[in-house]
Amino acid sequence: MLEIKGLEVKLEEEDKQILKGVDLSIAPGTVHAIMGPNGSGKSTLSYVLSGKDGYDVIGGEATLDGEDLLELEPEERAAMGLFLAFQYPVEIPGVGNMTFLRTAVNAQRKARGEDELSAGDFLKVVREKAKSLKIDADMLKRPVNMGFSGGEKKRNEILQMAMLEPKMCVLDETDSGLDVDAMKLVADGVNALRSEGRSFLVITHYQRLLDHIKPDIVHIMADGRIVKSGGPELALEVENNGYADILSEVA
Amino acid sequence: MALAKLKQDVTDARLAAVSLPEGAAWINAARNDALTRVAAMGLPTRRDEYWKYTDPSSITAVDAPQAAILDNDEGPLFADVDRVKIVFVDGVFDEDASDDLTAEGVTIERLADVAASDIHWAKDLYGVLEARGQKPVARPLAALNTATATDGVVIRVTAKAEKPINLIYLHNDASSDAVLHNLVKVEAGAEVTLLETGPAASRFSKLLEVDVAEGAAFHHVRAQGRDHERRAVTHCFARIEKEATFKSFTLTFNGVLTRNECVLEIIGDDASAHVAGACVGDGKDFHHDDTVFITHDAVNCESRQVFKKVLRNGATGVFQGKILVKEGAQKTDGYQISQSLLLDDDSQFLAKPELEIYADDVACSHGSTSGAIDEDALFYLRSRGVPEKIARNMLTLSFLAEALEEIADEGLAEELRDRLESWLNRHS
Ligand SMILES: Nc1ncnc2c1ncn2[C@@H]1O[C@H](COP(=O)(O)OP(=O)(O)OP(=O)(O)O)[C@@H](O)[C@H]1O
Ligand SMILES: [Mg+2]
Repeated sequence: MLEIKGLEVKLEEEDKQILKGVDLSIAPGTVHAIMGPNGSGKSTLSYVLSGKDGYDVIGGEATLDGEDLLELEPEERAAMGLFLAFQYPVEIPGVGNMTFLRTAVNAQRKARGEDELSAGDFLKVVREKAKSLKIDADMLKRPVNMGFSGGEKKRNEILQMAMLEPKMCVLDETDSGLDVDAMKLVADGVNALRSEGRSFLVITHYQRLLDHIKPDIVHIMADGRIVKSGGPELALEVENNGYADILSEVA
Repeated sequence: MALAKLKQDVTDARLAAVSLPEGAAWINAARNDALTRVAAMGLPTRRDEYWKYTDPSSITAVDAPQAAILDNDEGPLFADVDRVKIVFVDGVFDEDASDDLTAEGVTIERLADVAASDIHWAKDLYGVLEARGQKPVARPLAALNTATATDGVVIRVTAKAEKPINLIYLHNDASSDAVLHNLVKVEAGAEVTLLETGPAASRFSKLLEVDVAEGAAFHHVRAQGRDHERRAVTHCFARIEKEATFKSFTLTFNGVLTRNECVLEIIGDDASAHVAGACVGDGKDFHHDDTVFITHDAVNCESRQVFKKVLRNGATGVFQGKILVKEGAQKTDGYQISQSLLLDDDSQFLAKPELEIYADDVACSHGSTSGAIDEDALFYLRSRGVPEKIARNMLTLSFLAEALEEIADEGLAEELRDRLESWLNRHS
C-alpha cells in the first residue's frame, strides 16, 4: 500500500536535514507502529507524506498504491485515501465542525467521481459515529476544534477519519493527552475501521495504545532513519528499557 | 479663521456649481444653514487629519468621474424577503419600480414631498443630527448633502413594522452624480429594519439621520456593491435614547472609493449601539474607508464596532474608529475591533483606533490587526481533501464571520454570506 524508499527531507528555510533515508513498506490490512525519541523525525515524516509546505524532498520516493505521492497536492493525497491524524489538531475559528466535515467528505467523493452525500444522509452518519466516540452534538456545532480539550481534539480526529474512510491512516501521537477511557474509545474507533484493504501507521511513545491496537510491525526511528524493525515485542522492550540499548546496538 | 488656500479653492469651485433646491421655508432654512456650515468648514482635502488615508478630491470635484456599469448575472438581493421596495435609479425615485409606500407600523414619504410641506415633523430631524455630529470633527461632505439633497425617504415608525423597508439604489448611468438624504424616526418602543442595496450611482452622496427613541430598535443592513469604478461617501448620524437598540451592518464589494462614516450618540441609559462592516476588495484601485465615532453620554450603555476587511491585489482598507466616553457615562462597555486579511503583500490596511474616556468606571477595549491566511489551518483543511481554493475561501469567510454575526436576522445574514462566497469564487 504505502512504499517509502530512501526518503530524505530537509527544511525549506534552513539547511537542516530531518529525514535521512527512510525506508518503510506497509502492506494492505496491516498495522505498523513507529516509536522513537523526541525530535527523531516522526511528525516530519507524517507531514511530508500528507503534503505540508516547508519541506524539500532531496532524495527517495513515496508511493501509495504505486502512485507518486510527493507530486500531489495535499487534497489529492487525501482523495486517494491518505489520512493524517495530527499530533496537534488545528483550531479554526469561524468554520463550523459540521460544515468542515461535510465539505471534506463531499470534496473527496467528488474528486473520486462519486455522488455527494445529501445533507440528511451525512447528518445521520455523523451523529452515529460521533456517538460511538462520545462526541456530543454541541461539539459538532462548534467551530473546528475551538474550545475542545486535548482529548476531545484527538477524538475529533478519529471522527474525521471514520467519516472519510481513508485506506492509509497515519496517526501521530493520537494517544497523547488521552485519559484511560478516551484511549479505549479511540482504540475502539480505530479497530472498528480495521479491514483487509486499510492500513495504519501509528506513531506513539507508549506501549499502552498498542495494547489496544495490536501492531503487526514496530519500527524504531532515530535521527531521521528507521533503525530497527520487529514484532510487537519491540514496543515492550522500549517501554521497559527506553531507547538507549536499541540505539547503542545499531550504532 | 481663513481656510487654507487649497481648501478654499476646492470649496469655492464646488459651491459655485451648487444651486440650492427650493422647498418650504423650514427646509430652505435648513439647507441654507448647511451651506453656511460647508462654507465655514471648507470641503476636505488630503491635508486634513481626518482624510489622511483617503483622498477626497474625486468626491469634492465639481464633476463626478465616470463609472462603468459592470455586468454581473447575480439577481437582486433579498428578492425573497417580504419587504417594501423603494427604488431610486441614479438617485432619482422610480415610482413604477417601487411598491406602494405603505406598511403597518410605518409611514413612508418622499423627501421631495416632505420638503414641499409647510409643516412637518421632519423639521426637527433634517440636518439636525448632522449639525450635532459636526463636533468635535468636521464633516463638511455631510453638510453639503443636507444643503443639496432633493430626494430620499422620510420614515416614521410608530410600532413594530410589519416588514422591512428596502431602499434599492440602481445605477444605470455611467456618469450619474446622486445625492440622497433619508430620515428615520423610530418612536418609543417601535422597531424597524431598513435594508439598503445596490451600486447607486457613479458618485453617490448618501446621508441617513436616525432617531431611536426610548426602548425602540433600529436594524440596518446594507450591501454596497458591484460596480468597480463607483464612488460613495455615506454618513449615518444616529441619536440613541434610553434602552434603545441600534444595529447597523454594511457589506461592501468593489468600489474605487467608499467612505462610510457612522456617527452615533448614545444619550439615554441602558442603550446599545452596534456598528459592523465587512468588505472585500480586489485591485490596487480599490479603496474602502470606515470612519466611526461613537459618543457615550449616558450610564450603563454598550457599544460594539466590528470591522473586517479582505484585501487582495493591492487593495487598500482604512479604519478610523473612536469611542468617546463623556464625563458621567459610567458603566460604559465599549468594544472595538478592526481587522484585515491581506491576501498578498501589496494590499494594505491603515487603522487608527482611538479611545477618549472621561469616566472612571468603564470597560473599553479596542484592537486592530492585519494578517494573512493561517497556513496551518489551510493545510489542515486541505489534508482532509478540501481543495485549496475552497479552503482559502472557507477561511476568508470565517474571518468575516464575526462581522456578519452582528446581523440579527439569520436569513439576511445567510444571504449576504452566500453573496460573499460567490464574490470570493469569482475573485480567486
Ligand atoms: N519547521 C521546522 N523548523 C525548524 N525545525 C523543525 C521544523 N520541523 C521539524 N523541525 C525539527 O526536526 C526535528 C524532527 O521533528 P519532528 O517533529 O518530526 O519530531 P518527532 O519525532 O515527531 O518528535 P516528538 O516525538 O517530540 O513529536 C526536530 O529537531 C525539530 O525541531
Ligand atoms: Mg511528533
